[in-house]
Amino acid sequence: MSYLQHLEDHSIYILREAFANFKNMAMPWSMGKDSNTLIWLAKKAFAGKIPFPLLHIDTTYEFPEMLSFREWARKHYELDLIVMINEEARKRGVGYETHDPVTVTHELKSAALQQALAKYKWDALVTGIRRDEDSTRAKERYFSPRTAENEWEYRDQPPEFWGQFTTAVGPGEHVRVQPLLDWTELDVWEYVRREGIPIPKMYFAQNGRRYRSLGCWPITKSIESSVDTIEGIVTELKTTKTSERAGRAQDHHERNAMQKLRAKGFM
Amino acid sequence: MPPAPKPVLKDYVPVFFPPRQGGAGASGGAEEARTSIVVVGHVDHGKSTLIGRLLADTGSLPEGKLEAAEKASREEGMPLEYAFLLDALLEEQAQNITIDTTRIGFRYEGQSFEIIDAPGHREFIKNMVTGAAAAEEAVLLIDAKEGCKEQTRRHGLLLSLLGVSQVIVAVNKMDLVSWDEVRFRELEKEIREYLGGLKIIPREVIPISAREGATVMRRDSKNLGWWKGPTLLEALVASRAKKSSGDEGPLRFSVQDVYRFDERRVVAGKLESGTIQVGDPVVFFPDRKTSRVKTIETWGEDQATTRVGAGRCVAVTLEEQIFVERGHVGSLPDHPPVESREVRARIFWLDAEPLRLQAPVTLRLGTQSVETRLVAIDRVVDADKLEAVKEAREEVGRFEVAEVRLRCRRPLVYDAHDQVAATGRFALQRGSRIGGGGIIIFAEYSLSLAKAVKAEHLTWTEGRVTSEARAAHFGHEGAIIWLTGLSGSGKSTIAVALESLLFRRGIGSMILDGDNLRHGLCADLGFSLEDRAENIRRAGEVAKLMAESGLVVISSLISPLRKEREAVRASSHSAGLSFAEVYINAPIEACEKRDPRGLYQKARKGEIRGFTGIDSPYEKPDNPDLILHTDKESVEDSVAKLLGHVLGLVQLKEKDQESAGGPGGQI
Repeated sequence: MSYLQHLEDHSIYILREAFANFKNMAMPWSMGKDSNTLIWLAKKAFAGKIPFPLLHIDTTYEFPEMLSFREWARKHYELDLIVMINEEARKRGVGYETHDPVTVTHELKSAALQQALAKYKWDALVTGIRRDEDSTRAKERYFSPRTAENEWEYRDQPPEFWGQFTTAVGPGEHVRVQPLLDWTELDVWEYVRREGIPIPKMYFAQNGRRYRSLGCWPITKSIESSVDTIEGIVTELKTTKTSERAGRAQDHHERNAMQKLRAKGFM
Repeated sequence: MPPAPKPVLKDYVPVFFPPRQGGAGASGGAEEARTSIVVVGHVDHGKSTLIGRLLADTGSLPEGKLEAAEKASREEGMPLEYAFLLDALLEEQAQNITIDTTRIGFRYEGQSFEIIDAPGHREFIKNMVTGAAAAEEAVLLIDAKEGCKEQTRRHGLLLSLLGVSQVIVAVNKMDLVSWDEVRFRELEKEIREYLGGLKIIPREVIPISAREGATVMRRDSKNLGWWKGPTLLEALVASRAKKSSGDEGPLRFSVQDVYRFDERRVVAGKLESGTIQVGDPVVFFPDRKTSRVKTIETWGEDQATTRVGAGRCVAVTLEEQIFVERGHVGSLPDHPPVESREVRARIFWLDAEPLRLQAPVTLRLGTQSVETRLVAIDRVVDADKLEAVKEAREEVGRFEVAEVRLRCRRPLVYDAHDQVAATGRFALQRGSRIGGGGIIIFAEYSLSLAKAVKAEHLTWTEGRVTSEARAAHFGHEGAIIWLTGLSGSGKSTIAVALESLLFRRGIGSMILDGDNLRHGLCADLGFSLEDRAENIRRAGEVAKLMAESGLVVISSLISPLRKEREAVRASSHSAGLSFAEVYINAPIEACEKRDPRGLYQKARKGEIRGFTGIDSPYEKPDNPDLILHTDKESVEDSVAKLLGHVLGLVQLKEKDQESAGGPGGQI
């Protein structure tokens, strides 16, 4: 069996195990390539029907192209889509205009997620994070418990082996379910190519630039590239040595910024 | 801050539709296999350094990563620490230890590897297990100066327990022992002997220095000129053993769920082993209902799939609408799994709080989840000396490995680990936390199962009174005490004495006598080999029913054949019952001299044919639970010995009595 097939099967296994074990799960959806791959895998796992809601955390700094994609996908995949904005923080004036990216990311993403968790009382959240994105994500589990404060206790993670995961949580706690943990950026693109998964146009070059990773517009940089096919992206990735999230400012604000963000609930 | 992006035009199409390259099985870049390698060893023997070195030498580090590690090293006031490439958590960098497992990919000579860094610190064994359980191969690292340490041995033991048998040993920090070959050979001998005791034959034992980069990718002819073997990377490339796909094993289809989102009723699950195709008759355990596979459902594929192999997660629809649910295991009729409440396993325990005898835990195997408890600790293994700990134990402590027996509240469907690995291993969960795991070392595959499997329309009715509740009600457990021995050896005398002694102690007991059975239940049977076998089978089934009802059954039958006695033992264990084979051992001369019923005399005269011990064989038990030498000791002594053994089996532990909450407490 090819490695890509192994990845697909393992992800499907994880999604089904989550659905069988948790009563009330949801899937945050950022509309990026990983997120769209997740939708595709969920469709396969559940024979064409995604039996839980998706959540888009709208930071209000979304690229208009991405909002347009959101509405297309909602219809195309028949998604039960919830959109969440941290209105309270925006009213307080939190924004990239006035605050540093770590603070804004925490407020508009992590805190918004916390609000959604409080409102919908989900006991499991499916995330699209991958080990190769960041060295603290490399330390993650497929089923990663979060405290009621939405914190990651990375010092004492439960053991996980032979397809047995942490599936029980206390009141107010939830588990992050991470089916793409084993995938690399290249694996995702090769899978998108193999399956023909529809993805946002912004990943492809326009006027000599394209986006490799998509986030809030004030802190997401495009890269110089003329690539306009998946084939081209795969080839480009095989030769590049720049890390994927290099264009994401909040990661590089200070040493171990990601660890601090992630311990506080960031994906 | 950059200027805000412009709104999109009304006719903007936000989607890119990549041309499809083909679905499952189509070729493409990641179609190549990838080998997962775990790096294990004692703390500070240089695991993270080796991985950093592998990544740096093979040019697998993204830009900026090396610089970031250099910066972090400066901040901690040390020269470039390769380990910082992986030890990402602040705590890890400050203490210079790996706390949790990491995975990272690299490519070398056209091959793809995934490397798993597992912490060596004793405290983080659970993270080591998490990492190593995912690996196909292991690199066991030993510090040339320090030699084999506690965690070197413990990791070796855990590797064998986790089924990772492909091992390369790297003797690291050769620079610290002046690149001395004698020291290397000495360590090589020691580690080969230790691993040999675990039935692991390391593929290579290689001298390296991860810090200096010697024999990792490059050879070091100046310092290690005497080394003629491969470099570590050469060994990794060469050792990519041909992985068996698992397709050739027996079908084991773990049901994850049954979906009814539309008009279809879809059985979703994973093929742990074997293949499945449309039209196959699949038997679902433990209910043993059979249905043929109607379709293999796929989403987003153009062509219908008719056959899938091991490792695939699939969704099928069935021809007949039988009851199937999560936790069921599908098999083909010819190679069924074992279904039993009794599990014999080698376990490892990770939790700080020990696993105690009789304490309830959840056993999770595939998609099954069954309440279970530890009923016996046969052996605890000392990881340092690989010797069994002699004294009797009431618990399995943190980081210990033990051979145990577990009893489940419901039948568990499983295989022996050496038969089907995926359905021969499990995790143990206490509360919401996974505390340990194990592999099943013994499985009694029943020969009579094929018959039962064919009876498609039978169902097993589960009562609501559990055996625990029954035991609490009667004040003791049911059991089968199987006396075997020649005619005249003293079975009946001992049975009668034992029955009354037990009864006087308030223990419900009943004799099942061979001759008595032949007056009723077995009246239709003669003395041919087939009839004698059937006689034993019926006696065994009756004994089982009576013992399940809560009685201590004392069976008194010659039962001359080992195979038949073993079948009764297997069947009792499947039902979760204690079974003791008691060999009433008296030489035939003594029995013939006693001849209480004059049978030997008749047999000698030829009036009885096929008499056990005269012209029909008696097979002595290989490994009886108890032997009573009735020719050497008095009846009283024999019975006293037997009584002690029986009380040990059926008397409740104090804890059980407290927790049971009176008669029928579990209903």
